[in-house]
Amino acid sequence: MKSETVMKGLDNKRYMRRKFVNGLTLSLSVGTVIFALTFLVWILWTLFSQGLSHLTLDVFTKMTPPPGSSGGLLNAIVGSLYMVFFATVIGTPVGILAGTYLSEYGKSGWLAPTTRFINDILLSAPSIVIGLFVYEVAVHSVNHFSGWAGSFALSLLVIPVVVRTTENMMSLVPSTLREAAAALGAPYWKVIVNVVYKSARTGILTGLLLAVARISGETAPLLFTALNNQFWSTDMNQPISSLAVVIFQFAMSPYEDWQHLAWAGALLITLFVLGLNILARTVFRQNQSHS
Amino acid sequence: MSTQTLQAKISAKNMNFYYGKFHALKDINIDIPASQVTAFIGPSGCGKSTLLRTFNRMYQLYPKQRVEGKILLDGKDIHSAEQDLNLLRAKVGMVFQKPTPFPMSIYDNVAFGVKLYENLSKSEMNDRVEWALQKAAIWNEVKDKLHQSGSGLSGGQQQRLCIARGVAVKPNVLLLDEPCSALDPISTARIEDLIHELKKEYTIVIVTHNMQQAARVSDYTAYMYLGELMEFDQTNTIFTRPSRKETEDYITGKFG
Amino acid sequence: MDMYTPSAVLNEQHIIRESISMPNSPQNKNIGATLDKLFRYTTMFFAFLVFILLFGIIITLLVGSLPALKMFGASFFTSTAWNPVTIDFGGVVPIYGTFITALIAMLIGIPVSFGIAIFITELSPNWLKRPIGVAIELLAGIPSIIYGMWGLFVFAPLFADHVQPWMNDNLGALPLIGTLFQGPPMGIGMFTAGFILAIMVIPYTASVMRDVFEIVPSMLKESAYGLGSTTWEVIWNVVLPYTKTGVVGGIMLGLGRALGETMAVTFVIGNAHELSASLMMPGNTISSALANEFTEAVGDVYTSSLITLGLTLFVITFIVLSLAKLLLIRLSLREGKQS
Repeated sequence: MKSETVMKGLDNKRYMRRKFVNGLTLSLSVGTVIFALTFLVWILWTLFSQGLSHLTLDVFTKMTPPPGSSGGLLNAIVGSLYMVFFATVIGTPVGILAGTYLSEYGKSGWLAPTTRFINDILLSAPSIVIGLFVYEVAVHSVNHFSGWAGSFALSLLVIPVVVRTTENMMSLVPSTLREAAAALGAPYWKVIVNVVYKSARTGILTGLLLAVARISGETAPLLFTALNNQFWSTDMNQPISSLAVVIFQFAMSPYEDWQHLAWAGALLITLFVLGLNILARTVFRQNQSHS
Repeated sequence: MSTQTLQAKISAKNMNFYYGKFHALKDINIDIPASQVTAFIGPSGCGKSTLLRTFNRMYQLYPKQRVEGKILLDGKDIHSAEQDLNLLRAKVGMVFQKPTPFPMSIYDNVAFGVKLYENLSKSEMNDRVEWALQKAAIWNEVKDKLHQSGSGLSGGQQQRLCIARGVAVKPNVLLLDEPCSALDPISTARIEDLIHELKKEYTIVIVTHNMQQAARVSDYTAYMYLGELMEFDQTNTIFTRPSRKETEDYITGKFG
Repeated sequence: MDMYTPSAVLNEQHIIRESISMPNSPQNKNIGATLDKLFRYTTMFFAFLVFILLFGIIITLLVGSLPALKMFGASFFTSTAWNPVTIDFGGVVPIYGTFITALIAMLIGIPVSFGIAIFITELSPNWLKRPIGVAIELLAGIPSIIYGMWGLFVFAPLFADHVQPWMNDNLGALPLIGTLFQGPPMGIGMFTAGFILAIMVIPYTASVMRDVFEIVPSMLKESAYGLGSTTWEVIWNVVLPYTKTGVVGGIMLGLGRALGETMAVTFVIGNAHELSASLMMPGNTISSALANEFTEAVGDVYTSSLITLGLTLFVITFIVLSLAKLLLIRLSLREGKQS
């Protein structure tokens, strides 16, 4: 027995090869992290170096210019804010109520598990298809593009995010809390509204911030719903400009002024979206450290 | 101590262990005798598992855990630069509280460790797997389903499979960390029989929270308390004439 | 656990007392029960709304596709034609482009995501785990239009000047796969689109892989280390088999993203309705065809053909994402059983 155990060390070649493979794969793993970080830094650096010099006061005070002249992005920024605002206002209650059903009443029956499944699919569904759907429902049928159609398309992207986080956050509320409230004789809806929502609110708020971050950068669903508008307009019944669509149009154009504005807009939109992401994270972490 | 007459397989010399700032093992000196069963007993949190996990440097998987002092295997420092970590672990086998079959077939579970170090032909490997499964007294139960998943076995069978897996690489030492804590009494009895069988060829160290088990299976027993080695002697002596009051209190159940 | 500390209990009672008025008469109780029902059905209604949204999308797109499907029938899916003048449309080129770009994205994205997940779960020192995790998630936060601009203005020129000539010379000469890498060094094309997609899916796939790697019981890993395995052997032989359903689920999730991504691809794919053997040539994907052409499409059949493409994309991603979801559910069920 003893002599055999000594043998193990002797198959040296094999062991050296194993160590080599281990070293190689683990270095490759470090390499993949460097690879991903390189692109992150590269993209952000490009954005700042291209965008910062063109991010002048004009960007916030002037309208989008015709080709070949200078101007700003004011109408696009306002249009984006309008649509994101209304999309959030439409999508949030729908998402919270549907999420409430999944968390509180979804223990039995087929509707909750099926809806949960479908919601997760919608969460990752191509946003351009959502745009196509809204085009058919809200543009084609009335024969004109509108800010409302854009908001509607964005709200369909808000809903799945809010449903998911609402359900997750409400499920985290300990059932003893519900029982304690119910034991006082409260009807279940009051238990939910006054106790469960209250305990889960920061979590739900986090989800909401993430949803807003997501739609703020979206372009595809707006292309054939809100379309674009070169002029100042806050009429949601008419085509309306948005930052993302203007960036797309200007960046793909051959005019230098337009491209410069596109970079400025790109920096703006990225700062906004990443800022919201970081805010959401901070809110969530503070909530966790409190409880 | 009476162990000095026997050859020491593993020795700890002035060994201290830290979890971050927490001083978990204090100045441990012990000689684990070769080809004997040594049991570590003591209340939970006393450091018996921690001590066991220093013998194959398992603690090094976790960044904040560290050892001071010396641990010798066959007189050689296991922390020395010449000692390769993987080769050390191949020499010192380990079985855990819960059965841990790998997500592969019964055969592959046993062959897994062997393949790491030895280049065996198919038939040699078959022999080795059968040998290990027989050593672990599970061959008769699994010989017809060697290519089924190991997770389909009962808890007791899984644990014996894990012992077979450990035995298959022909280690010098087997570390058993509460190997029966997740098992029913019948499975426990089979594992204890197995320990008796295995001690002819291996040095066995077993951590147990069950004093009767220590009394049944071990030749030597170490009693630990709050990170210190209180007493180490022949099992008979520990259970009948402990030299320290603390040990006696624990053995007789007066403790805590 | 926290809720059993005295202050938490007080707090709990405080919330409850503050927020609940006791029902004290039978009449009140009735109203309470009615409101209960009302609330329940309201939430149910909105859940149902989410449920039918999926079918709404499919039916609407199906109706929109009818003119094209009536005209071309099944041959829409076998034809490479795309001619608005003669009103002759087929879906092969964009469908092919969708799959090829997604395939390239996966070939690059999967190993990179795997490496990142390994680094975070097995190699990284503790203090580095958080910053790396956040940095990778920032990649997911960057809007896709930014990837597109960066791809078009920064990556594509660099790729054309420095990488493509090398690929042409070295890989282009290879037998069989050589043609994949031949072509004029334009920078844009299917390979560029696939590469940028890879960077975009990495955060999604890597984060699923990281999450599933973290559920592997440490005792199982220790058992493999205990036999003398190297870190890589533990990952390859124990961690990966243990989590394979979850890993495949994460890959499918990334694939779903890659198939449906629009803006980044639209910038760099070149928008050409041509089938070419080379990955270096411009092409088209379903989503980029929609983004580029939909608002300019004239006539029912043209529009309807584009909607048919949209429906096809939706069905493909639906299948891929469903598989992803089912695999992840299966893993979590198994997890639940074991613990």
